[in-house]
Amino acid sequence: MSFNLAILTDNWRELLDGMVLTVLIWVAGTVLGLAIGLMVAVVQLLTNRWIAAPLNVYVAVMRGTPFLIQLFIIYYGGPFFGLDLTPMVAGVAGLALYGGAYFSEIFRAGFVSVPPGQIEAARMMGISRLAIVRHVQLPQMLVIILPALANMTVLLSKETAVLSVITVNELTSVVQSIGSTTFAFAETLLFLALVYWAFLEIVTAAARRLEKRVGRFMLRTQN
Amino acid sequence: MAEEKTPNSRPIIDVRGVWKRFGSAEVLKGIDLQIKKSEVTCIIGPSGSGKSTLLRCIAFLEEYSEGEIYIEGELLGFSLENGGRRRVSDAEVDRVRRNVGFVFQQFNLWPHMSALENVAMPLKLSRGMAREEAARRARAMLEKVGLGHRAQAYPSQLSGGQQQRVGIARALAMEPHIMLFDEPTSALDPELVGEVLQVMRDLASEGMTMAVVTHEMGFAAQVADTVMFIDHGIIAASGSPNEVFRENANPRLRQFLQNYFERNVFWQGSEGAAAP
Ligand SMILES: Nc1ncnc2c1ncn2[C@@H]1O[C@H](COP(=O)(O)OP(=O)(O)OP(=O)(O)O)[C@@H](O)[C@H]1O
Ligand SMILES: [Mg+2]
Repeated sequence: MSFNLAILTDNWRELLDGMVLTVLIWVAGTVLGLAIGLMVAVVQLLTNRWIAAPLNVYVAVMRGTPFLIQLFIIYYGGPFFGLDLTPMVAGVAGLALYGGAYFSEIFRAGFVSVPPGQIEAARMMGISRLAIVRHVQLPQMLVIILPALANMTVLLSKETAVLSVITVNELTSVVQSIGSTTFAFAETLLFLALVYWAFLEIVTAAARRLEKRVGRFMLRTQN
Repeated sequence: MAEEKTPNSRPIIDVRGVWKRFGSAEVLKGIDLQIKKSEVTCIIGPSGSGKSTLLRCIAFLEEYSEGEIYIEGELLGFSLENGGRRRVSDAEVDRVRRNVGFVFQQFNLWPHMSALENVAMPLKLSRGMAREEAARRARAMLEKVGLGHRAQAYPSQLSGGQQQRVGIARALAMEPHIMLFDEPTSALDPELVGEVLQVMRDLASEGMTMAVVTHEMGFAAQVADTVMFIDHGIIAASGSPNEVFRENANPRLRQFLQNYFERNVFWQGSEGAAAP
C-alpha cells in the first residue's frame, strides 16, 4: 500500500465539514468553559464555604473522571433526567463543563496571586469585592495565567475528538470513517495530526500576542 | 482644655474593651481609647505588641473578637441584638468606615495603574465620580503631596517615599475624617523617611485627625497630642508626649525607650542618650 494523498483531495468536502464542525465545537466549548470557569472561581472567592462546597465537588468530579464517561452520562444518561440533548448540544455542553472545571482552577490560582494588601487597600476605599476582581485582580493576573489558559484551550481542541463517540461528525469521526472505507489510515491519521498541531500553533501564537498586549504595563513598569 | 458635652466633642474613634484573638493567641486584651477631632495619636510599642492589629481592627480589616468600636458614633462591623452581636454586611461596613482612610506600611498601590489612576479609580468606583472630575481631584491630591509631576508614573517607577505619598494621596482623595497610618515609613530607606513625615506633619497642622503607629519617636514627640504605649496587647501608658517620654515610670516603657535611644544615639548625639 503506497502513500496516496489523493485520498484527502477526493474527500475534501467531508474533511472540510468535519474540520469546521470541530472548530465550532472547540470555540463554543472553550468560550463557554472560560465563562463557567470564571464564574465558578469568582463565586468560590467571594462567597462562604457552604455555597462554594457544591462547586468544589463539581470541579473535583470533572477533573477526576474521564471526559468520555462524562459525555456518555450527559448524552445517554441525560434523558433519564429529562435532558434530551442533540449530540451537538450535549457535546458542547460536556466540553464546556469539563473545560470549565480546569479553567476555574486556573482562575483561582490567578486570584490568589494578587497580594492581599492590594485588596485590603481597595476595600478600605469602599470598592466592592466584585469591582476589585474586575479592576484590581483580573488585569494583573491575566498576564500570569495566560499560558495556562492557552494550554488548556489546546487540550480542549484534542478532547473534541471524543465527541465522535456520541455520533457528532467532527473531524476525527470523519477521518475514521474515511480510513475504514479506504484503508488509507496513514494518510488520514497524518492529516488529523497535522490539523490538531495547527490548532496548537494558532493558539500559541494568539496567546503570545495577547500576552504582549495585556503585559504592556509590566514592560512599562520595568524601566 | 475643658471637656464639653457637645456633639463636637464626640470622639471620632471610640474603642471600648476590645479584645482580639487569633485562635488561642490573645493579641489585644481589653483596649480602651478615644480619638477626638483634629487630634494626632501616636501608637508606639515593641514588635508584636499588637499595634498593627489594633489599627486594623479600627479599620475592620480584622474582626475584633470582643468589645465595641464606634466610628463617629456608629458601631463598626456588628449589630447588637438581644445580648449578642451579628456581623453586618460588607456594604454596611463600608458605610460606617466610609470616612476612615488607611495608609499601609507596604503602600499597597495597584501596580498596573499609574499614580493618577491609583488615586482616581476609587473615586470613580465607590464615589461614582465622573472620569474628568476624578482625574481633576486625583491630580490635586498628587500635587498636595508634591507629586503632581509624577502623575503618569507607575508605582514601580517611583521611589518608596513617592509611592507612600501616592498612598497618602489616594486615601486623602476620599476626604476621610480620620487617617490611620500603620508604620508608614518603616519600609523606606532612611533618606526617604523625611519626605513622608513632612506630608504627615502638614496634614496634622491642617487639622486632620490621625492615628499613627510609628517607630519615629521624634515625629511622635513633635506632632502627637497623645502618645500611647502598647505592650502585650494592653495600653500600658498614655498621655502627652512629655508625660509618656519623660514622666511615666512604667518600667516596660522605660526599657522600650532606652532600647530605642541606644539604637539611635550615635547619630542623635548626647541629647538622645540623656532622654530616658
Ligand atoms: N493574622 C494573624 N494570625 C495569627 N496571628 C497574628 C495575625 N496577625 C498578627 N498576629 C500576631 O499578633 C501579634 C501582634 O501582631 P501585630 O502585627 O499587631 O504587632 P505589631 O505591634 O504591629 O508589631 P510590629 O512592630 O512588628 O509591626 C503577633 O504576635 C503576631 O504574630
Ligand atoms: Mg505592625
